[in-house]
This record gives sequence, structure tokens and C-alpha cells, in this order.
Amino acid sequence: MHKIVAKAQLSPNVTRLDVEAPRLAEIRRAGQFVIVRRGEGSERIPLTIADSNSASGTITLIIQAVGRSTRELVAMEPGEAIQDVAGPLGHPTELISSGHAVCVGGGVGTAVVHPIAQALRRAGARVTSVIGGRSREWVIMEPELRLLGEVVVCTDDGSYGRKGFVTEATRELLAAGGVDIVYAIGPVPMMRAIANLTRPFGVRTIVSLNPVMVDGTGMCGGCRVGVGNETKFACVDGPEFDGHLVDFDLLSDRLTTYRELEQAATACAPGACRVGLNKI
Amino acid sequence: MSKITVKERLKINRQTMPEQLATIRNANFAEVNLGLPEQVAIMEAQRCLQCKEPKCMSGCPVNVNISQFIDFVAQGNMPAAALSLLGDNALPAVTGRVCPQETQCECECVRGFKGLPVAIGYLERYVADWARGHEDQLSTSVAAPTGKKIAVIGSGPAGLTAAGELAKLGHAVTVYEALHQPGGVLVYGIPEFRLPKAIVAQEIERLQRLGVKIECNIIVGRTYTLPELKERFDAVFIANGAGLPTFMNIPGENLKGVYSANEYLTRVNLMAAYDPDAQTPVLRPARAAVVGGGNVAMDAARTAKRMGAQRVAIVYRRGKAEMPARAEEVHHAEQEGIEFELLSLPVEILGSENRWVTGLKCLRMQLGEPDASGRCRPEPIPGSEFVVECDMVISALGSRANPLLTHTCPDLKLDKRGNIMVDDKGMTSIPGVFAGGDIVRGAATVILAMGDGKNTAKAINDYLRIVQVSRI
Repeated sequence: MHKIVAKAQLSPNVTRLDVEAPRLAEIRRAGQFVIVRRGEGSERIPLTIADSNSASGTITLIIQAVGRSTRELVAMEPGEAIQDVAGPLGHPTELISSGHAVCVGGGVGTAVVHPIAQALRRAGARVTSVIGGRSREWVIMEPELRLLGEVVVCTDDGSYGRKGFVTEATRELLAAGGVDIVYAIGPVPMMRAIANLTRPFGVRTIVSLNPVMVDGTGMCGGCRVGVGNETKFACVDGPEFDGHLVDFDLLSDRLTTYRELEQAATACAPGACRVGLNKI
Repeated sequence: MSKITVKERLKINRQTMPEQLATIRNANFAEVNLGLPEQVAIMEAQRCLQCKEPKCMSGCPVNVNISQFIDFVAQGNMPAAALSLLGDNALPAVTGRVCPQETQCECECVRGFKGLPVAIGYLERYVADWARGHEDQLSTSVAAPTGKKIAVIGSGPAGLTAAGELAKLGHAVTVYEALHQPGGVLVYGIPEFRLPKAIVAQEIERLQRLGVKIECNIIVGRTYTLPELKERFDAVFIANGAGLPTFMNIPGENLKGVYSANEYLTRVNLMAAYDPDAQTPVLRPARAAVVGGGNVAMDAARTAKRMGAQRVAIVYRRGKAEMPARAEEVHHAEQEGIEFELLSLPVEILGSENRWVTGLKCLRMQLGEPDASGRCRPEPIPGSEFVVECDMVISALGSRANPLLTHTCPDLKLDKRGNIMVDDKGMTSIPGVFAGGDIVRGAATVILAMGDGKNTAKAINDYLRIVQVSRI
């Protein structure tokens, strides 16, 4: 059992949970994830380890409430315990130790970009973060990223930072030159757009993929993704891949496999509207 | 009890296993075989001729003293039968249900030369189930603690068997399981209707009473490395199975509606997707095609039927005689209305505009000369293309070695397929590190994995004694 020691609401549908997991706090590296199962009968869901504190023996999970399982997870309160947390899974992020790295985060993807930015900074790279959201209330982790370097905030409606998408700000950084690597993590259309943007500049681009998963150890093959005309398992071969080689069409298509079933589950889930998230 | 003569024994016909009616069971997940009633079991046991040199035992990978436990059943002495069986076999309620008896023990039975062999599997199951209900009448002695610590990686049949044997010898055993529930393939792979999960749980509890500790959610290779375990334990047994699915490498395999059997069965079994309250989703299409001819293919097909598919076809490139599945599984599948597209080689999975599976394009095959496996090599008939219409394709072509652990330990010698190489004692290229089951053999059976577990436990015990002596 893994006790929740702290909880915070980062945006209208993004929640931060600090969870006891001493072994994982000690050994996890940027880019790795855990498989979490709330309790008996719950689904196994993959979540990126956003941060850790080896002194307190906790890891940080940042969860976007989208379906029944994630909603039940974010409905948990400090003092309650998550039954299963397994990991750390996946390969750690490929880092650079000098030069300029641009970390692009869209929505909850910003939470995945944060540990990468942290690791890059520790390794000695210069970090610029480009993060975005629909409006001010959807922008997350700006203070944490400011500690690591320059941050460009973009909002769709211009209510905070620059008006526009993260792609525009990234294009300007690329055009100014001197960018050695780009990490892009967020919704599939955003990652695809960033990969298309960096391609003509010849800048290496790493994306983190989030296909449907069950075990997270390579056993089921459900997380098949297309990378450079090869089928890879995101759980053991990834989750991070060369964005210029990823088949984003296949990824977004396979992500819709359970959409109808999920919608049905969400509609009948207890507490589906308890916190009013379905109205957002 | 009066002694039964051979003549009397020979007069008794083989008893049949009561089972749920096929047309009812293909819509539920309750166990198909219902088990023998006591009087029927005793009668079946009396068919055994109590050979002076029983052949049946030589066919058993864990060397169950078959004629002994059957003799006790024939006498109606169930506690003695249970103690005898449990002494040889750590998981009899499992093997009594899933062993291919027809190719191991029963095929050696002398009664089979003229008629039908003794139903050893049914009797094993009977005694194991009796034992589950009478734990209070069975005491298992555990040797005094040796002070030795052993790590077992994987809680499937090989790992559990080794853990039980080592615990009985007085060693402190910790089993590491990657998933959230122990049992390995017994809980994620074999379906409820063939092996109820409650039975697996009960067998595991018995091992825990012997002192075996089980830690779930530990992925060796990630949470801990093999060298770390080697540091902390006196010996390590790797039994993490063949957890890497095989796909066909044909066009259309990434369409929606294509599953590996591992994924499909894990969703339905371990994640209990058949239960409407479970949160893990699974597709429930009207027509399914399952590719393969082994037990896993039968399990997947029969599961799909129970999940509401109207038509389920097994697509297999050889003929029925060449199918590696247990005879009983093929028979049960046929009874339940599973169709067989034999001598059919899938060449492409067809999909709709929205990229959902619509069919499986196949070529008809004919059998040629026997290949290295001794089975006739199937050869495609040119121009024989046809389509099995379906909304779901399950690939049940076997599993390979999962590289998660072995990749993090370059000192471990592997063969060209990625399986761990061991010596005749089950020891790997690293002293003190042993391996067995599917990670050594490639995908095989529950009972062969248990045989490895049992034999390697002995070898580990010997190794620990030698190490101790050499230290003095």
C-alpha cells in the first residue's frame, strides 16, 4: 500500500499526488513511469514519475482526470493509500550534458517535461521551457520550471503569457538558432506539430508516447507503436522515441480503441459529476 | 478393507468427468469440469493395477508417486492420499486441471494398452480438491531454519514450486512478482473456466503457510537488478517465464481489434474484464478469429465465445492431428461451438476505413514432408486465398523470452533466442544464480516448469551445502 501524503490541484483537471514509494523515490530517473492500480477491481494505468524525494521516500504523480480510473484516483485524499505502484518502468530519458535544450509541454505533458528539464539542468545543459494551456488556469508547473531556466508561457486565448500555441514560440526559438535538442510532450497533435517543425531544422526531437498499456513489462504488446517502420512496445522500448520517426496517425488511432467503452464507463461512474469536471 | 483382485479391477470401466453442458457453459466463466464424486473417484482408483514397476510415474515431470496416492484413494484413505500427493507436487489442484496427462502419465498406463488408461488427472484433481477442503487434517513438516535466504523471481508454476520445496527444506524464501497478484500464467493466462483463480489463491496460501514470502509489484530488472538480489540472497532462482508475445508480422497487425493472446487473456482473466464491475475494458465483438493451435489459442477462443462472440474460428496452419493443444481442450472447444479453419495460413488482417478489423485473409495449406519437429510441414496452395470474416484477431502463436531482466545483466549467458542457458543442475553462467521454466525452455507447459522448479530446488539446496562446506 502506498499512502498519499500530499495533494494539490494544479489546474481544473490536473491533480498532483505525492505518494509513499521509498524504493522508487531512490532509483527512478527522468522519463520513467509507474503502473498504478488504485484498489481491487481498478484498472492498471501508466503514470509518469514527475518528481521524487528520496528523503521523504515519496514520488510525485501528476494526473489528468479523463476517464473513470483517473477520476477515482484524483478523488483520493491524503491519508488514503493506493494499493499498487509498480516501477520504475521504461527507459530513462536520453540527456545532453551541454548545449541548449528546449522542453515543450502541452497541458498535462508539462508534468512529464518537468523531470526531463530537471535532469537536463543537473547534467549541465541550458534549458528553455515552452509550456501552454487553453487559458491561465490551465498552465501548470511554471514556478518549478522557472527554477531550471527560461520559461515561455503560451495560452490559446492570451489570458496569460503569449497568445497562441507552443508551436509558434518553439518555431521562433528554432529560427534564432543554437537549439541542440527538443523534448516535446503533450497531446498527440502537439507532439506531431513540434516534430514537423523541428524536422527541417534537423534538430533531434524526443517525444513521450502514452498508448494504452496493461502490464508495462512487455508482456501484452497492447502498447504497440510505429517507429521508423518498425513496431515497438512503448512500455519497454520507450516511452520516449525519436519524434521524427514516430507514426503519430497510428498512435492517435490506437488511442481511440476503447473510447466508446470509456465514455459509457465515465457516464455511469459513481462521482462522475461530483466535482463538476464533466461540465468543464 | 478386503483386497480387490486384478480381475475385479479390470472389470471397472473408466469413469467420466461430470461437466457443465456445452451450450450452457459457453456463456459463463464457471469451471467446465465439475470433479468426481468420492464414490466415483474410489471406483476409478480401483481400476489401477498397482503395477510393481509403474510406468506412469516415469512420464511425470515432478515424479508424483502416482500408484501410491491412487492406492490410498482406492482404500478411501484421503488424508494419506493427500499427504502423498502434496509431498511430491506443490500445486496438485493446478496440475490436476491443466496437465496434458495423455502425453505424460496416462499414455504410459498399462490399462491403456487394452482399453482406457486410469484417469490419473481426474484422481489428482480429486485428491487435491479434497486437500483444499481438509487443510486441518494435513500437517506439512518444515525443516529447521537453515539461515539461508533465497530469492525467487516470478510466481508462476516454476517459481512457486521451487519456493515450496525450498521452504520445506528450511530456507527463507522471498518470491518477487512483477504483477499485482501472484500466480503468473496461472492467473493472467489460464482462464477461470479451466482453472478458477480462487484455487490458485488457495494453493499459494498453502505455500505461504510453509513460510514463503511473496512481494508483488517488483519488476526484477527495473525495481531491483539481479546483481542487487545476488548481494542480498544466498541464491537466486529466475523463473520469470516467457512473457513476450509473438505477432505474425503480416500487414494489418496494428489495426484496432488485434490482440496478442497475452493481452486479451490478461484483460479478461487477471483484470477480470468478464465481470461487469471491473474497470479494465476489453472488446466484445460478434466474430473473432484466433490464430494458433496450442492451449493458449483454445483458451482465447473459448474466452471470446464466453465474452459474447457469436462465431469464433481457430485458424491454424497445420491439421488437427498436429495441434499442440491438450486433447481435452480441443474437444471442449469443439463442443462449445468453436469453428476450426485448419490448414490455413494468415497472410493479412483486413481493416475498415476507420482502421477496425474486418477480416483475416488466409491461404489454404497442404501438408508436405515432416519438418524438424516431426510434424508435416505445411505448404501454401497457390491461388487459394480466402477471408475469415471477423471483428477481432487474437494472435496465439506462443511467447518468447522477455528481455527485461536479461538485458540488465550482461553476465547472464543466453542462447540465440534470448533464453537463459543453464547447466544440468539448472545453474546459469553466474554461480549461485539458477533458472528454470519458460525463460530457459521457451514457451512450454505448466508441469515442465514445475519439474524445473522442483529439480532446481534440490540443486540449490545442494549448492548451498557445498558453499557452506567450502567456506569452513
